[in-house]
Parts: sequence; C-alpha cells; structure tokens
Amino acid sequence: MAETHSLQDLRQQAAIASKVFVQRDYTSGTVCKFQTKFPTELEARIEKQQFEETIQTLNNLYAEAEKLGGKSYLEGCLACLTAYTIFLCMETHYEKVLKKIAKYIQEQNEKVYAPLGLLLTDPIERGLRVVEITIFEDRSIGSR
Amino acid sequence: MKNCEYQQIDPLALGTPASTPTSTQCAKNKSHRPRRKWEVFPGRNRFYCDGRIIVARQCGVLPLTLGLIVVTSVLFFIFDCPFLVTHLTICIPVVAGVLFLFVVITLLQTSFTDPGILPRALPEEVTNTERQIDNSGSVTYRPPPRTKEIIINGEVVKLKYCFTCKMFRPPRTSHCSLCDNCVERFDHHCPWVGNCVGKRNYRFFYTFIVSLSFLTSFILGCVITHLTLRSQGDKGFLQALQESPLVVCFFSIWSTLGLSGFHTYLVASNLTTNEDIKGSWSTKRGEESGNPYSYNGIFRNCCAVLCGPMPPSLIDRRGFLPPDVIPRTVASGSELHPFMAKNDTNMCTQAPKKLLETVAHSSLVHSTCTSATPKTALVTQEFPFNSVSSMLSPSNTTQHPMDKACCQRGNNSKGPPYSLSHSPLICSKVPDVSFVPLLLLC
Repeated sequence: MAETHSLQDLRQQAAIASKVFVQRDYTSGTVCKFQTKFPTELEARIEKQQFEETIQTLNNLYAEAEKLGGKSYLEGCLACLTAYTIFLCMETHYEKVLKKIAKYIQEQNEKVYAPLGLLLTDPIERGLRVVEITIFEDRSIGSR
Repeated sequence: MKNCEYQQIDPLALGTPASTPTSTQCAKNKSHRPRRKWEVFPGRNRFYCDGRIIVARQCGVLPLTLGLIVVTSVLFFIFDCPFLVTHLTICIPVVAGVLFLFVVITLLQTSFTDPGILPRALPEEVTNTERQIDNSGSVTYRPPPRTKEIIINGEVVKLKYCFTCKMFRPPRTSHCSLCDNCVERFDHHCPWVGNCVGKRNYRFFYTFIVSLSFLTSFILGCVITHLTLRSQGDKGFLQALQESPLVVCFFSIWSTLGLSGFHTYLVASNLTTNEDIKGSWSTKRGEESGNPYSYNGIFRNCCAVLCGPMPPSLIDRRGFLPPDVIPRTVASGSELHPFMAKNDTNMCTQAPKKLLETVAHSSLVHSTCTSATPKTALVTQEFPFNSVSSMLSPSNTTQHPMDKACCQRGNNSKGPPYSLSHSPLICSKVPDVSFVPLLLLC
C-alpha cells in the first residue's frame, strides 16, 4: 500500500515540471500590472502572442478595477458619508472585477492553457504579486 | 519496524517516501476539521470571529482611546446637552451624536481591518527569486541587503528585499516590526488604534481623526458655552464632573487638530507618514515634484487617496487550507519537533536555533548510544537526561564528589539510595536541562 501511495506521489511530482512566475510591472506606479515579457521556459509550449494577449487582458481588467473615475468617486463618497458601513453589505467595484478576472482565467485555462499542458493561477491567490504558470511535464490525463 | 524508526529519525533527507508515514500520522493526529488560513497566519496578529476581525498582537492603547472617547461623550450628553437643548437648540446633541457614531465606527474599522498585509512568498516563489538574484550578483553566504532599482514615472525607486516575507517589497510597502508583516502603502503603526495604518484602512483612519477633531472641538465649544451661559452656580464634585469633558477636550484638541492637519497635507500630496519622515521625495527643487505617485493636483490626490476603489484583502483569512498543505505552525510528528526547525522563516533566529539543535542532538545521540530501551525514539524532556545520568553515574568518577555534596545536603552520613540516578541529574545536569526549555520555546 505504501508503494502505490508513493508511486502516485512520484507521478504527481513528475507531472509538474516547473513553475514560471510573471512578475509585477511597477513602471506606472503601484497599479496592478504584470510584465508582458515572454518567459523563455514557455517558448516551447505557447505562442508569444497568445501569452501577451492573456497578460494584457489581465492588465486591462486590473486597470478597470482600479480606475479612478466617476463611478469609483461616487462609491467612495457614499461610503464616506455612511462611515464606510456600506462596505459591510455591498460588494465593491473592485470585488466585482476580481470575479470577472477569475472567470476569465478559468476560461483561458480551459480553452487555451490546459490543452498545452499549462495552468494559470489567479494572481489574487498569490497576493497579486505574480502570475504563476505551472508547466506540466506528463500529459497522461487527456490528450490533444 | 526498525526501518520505520530510522526513517522517522532521519527526516527530510529521503524526501517523499520518508515523509509518508509521518504525514499519515499527522492526518490521523490532526482533527479532520478543515482549517482556515487565519489559524496558520505567520504574522503577529490576533483574529476574532473566525477570522473576520484582525488586530495587531499588541493592541496598544486602543481600550484607552475608546474609553476616553466614550466617557467624555457620555458625560457631555448627560451634563451639558439637557441645558443646551433647553437654552439653544436640539441640533446640538444630534450633531454630537452623529459625530460620536462616526468616530467610534471609523475607529473600530481602522483597528479591525486588514491594513493591506502582503502574504509571504511561497517556497517556489522564493526559489525563483533567489535564483534570479544569484544569477545577477555574486554568491556569498551572507549577501548584502538585496535591492532592485526600478523607474516609476521617471523617478528611480529602490525595491528592498524583505528577509522575513522572502520577497521584493512593492513600492511604498514597508515591513512593520510590531506586526511582523509587510504592509502596502505603509503609513505608520498607530498604538492608539492598535493596528498598522496602510493602504486599506488609511481612509478609515483619516475619517477617524478628522471626525474626532470635529467632535472634540464641538464638545469643547458646547461646554464653554454651557459654562458661560450658566450663572456662577454651586461648585463641588458635580461641577468638576461637568467640566471634565472640557479638560479632556482641551488637552486632546491640540493633538487631534494637529494630526488631522498633518494628514490632510499628506493626503493632498499623496504621501505617507513613512515617506515624509524619511524624506523620500523631498528634493532640492521642490516639495511635490519628486513624488512619482502624486497626480499633481490637490483635488485629484485627495480623491485618489480617500475616494479611490477599495482594494481587497490579500491574505484571505477565512479561506480554507488545502488538505495536502502541512501548516507551518504545526509540528508534524511531536517526537521530532526539537529538530524540525525547517519551518522557521525568520532568518534572524536560524543561527542560534542551529546551535541549540546541535547541542541537544549531541546529548540525544549520547543517550541513544547507551540506553537499551526503545524509548529513545521518543524525544521527551525527561528520557534523554535520565538515560544520560544512568550512564554517567556508574562510570564517571568525576561525578562522585558532587554526589557526596548532594547527599550531604539532604541526608545523613550514610550514602543515600537515590544517588545513582537522581543526584547526578540534579547536580551535574543543570546546565543541560536549561537548554530543553529553550528548545521547546523554539
């Protein structure tokens, strides 16, 4: 029993070859933005354009979440007037966009990345520090 | 059986197969209740209401702050409001009530909200970062503080590497030593609210101090009005009690007004207290021109800081831990916990901890060599030292004079029956015994 358990572990370990981390891009300030530089480890797996498109879309979505505009000012002023108690009952604009981002990442994983043996991790699970891309070595589950 | 024991004593070197028996033991020992992430949070914070409320471990003088505000306001409502309502207007207690509610709610929000804590880097991220640093710089055992320079809006900004959180801190992020967390847009750690003030709770803090200065000014003004309107009446304890809101407000108004003014300046120039104190952006040219985060407009800066979108909490306190993750705070396999020091992420404690480990390990090895009992596999605080003492007392002649000294203390001239095993433990093992509590503290 111990042997099969460890074999399964080894198989799981062998499946995950490596992880690539796309770092934050701070050139525009503290807004949430990720570098669009194409990592060399992904060269064999995915097209540069596809990768850049994904990252750019993510950047646009985060920019939308953090946008300073009429809507966010209205939300902020209303919150201030109610001593910020509306944050306890209402979902903020940022949280709504985060849900959109989670949905987009799931969609991208299903349609683009999983068939190529890759997996995107939502940056919110890494404290918005990195976009973690897991590269799977062994594609025994499902095939193209 | 022997193989299992050896595998257990020799941890981490074998990797996955060795950890399988201990992890299954862990799964059995641990309750199957799914644990939330706040239960294994590495920073110095306390959590209440199942992770909904977060405070710093040292709550500072928050009870005092709350107490002063509540007591002063209650005294005002009791002694001043009835008179002022009859002589002036009913708006006075209404305004005071609204201000009081604002103050208390924003104070509690400042204290109980996550200020913008950044979760610590995961091991894979750390390996990746370390690899990048090694590629770029020289490989030495104690590298100098690692920094990375980037350009933000034309200004050169240095990102420092945080040795506790194992990551390069984003711009405007600072590590709070009291809370042991990296906080985004770190302003300061406020003892009055018992929490850090950072990106997520700065607006609460600002609203708190502004409304507090309004409240203290209002109460001060009302109490002065009350005293001047009232004719010189009876003096005594009641009079003194009526005047106590005046005294409290008089002394606190200078600090609250001053603080509100200072933070209004910070908000208008999109600076943090940390940056202002360090003089990060005060240039030779001018005050605000050096700040790359400023929107170059007072109104825009104010809107951005106070009315901007509310960022989410990044630490996900109430999320559940994945079942395959062994939390850092749990000592997996209690028999090994003096040696399982790999979970410590604080670099500062690793060196002394290694020293303590080698000392303890050498004493344990001593006992395993000599003791025939299988109990040596269980490292508890009594067994190694009992077995060492039993080994030492018959053979080590240098212990005998001490035996005699011990015996003479409590006994007659006859040799006591317990000297063989107990007295060496007491007399000669005292220095070693002191290491054990230190180890257990680690």
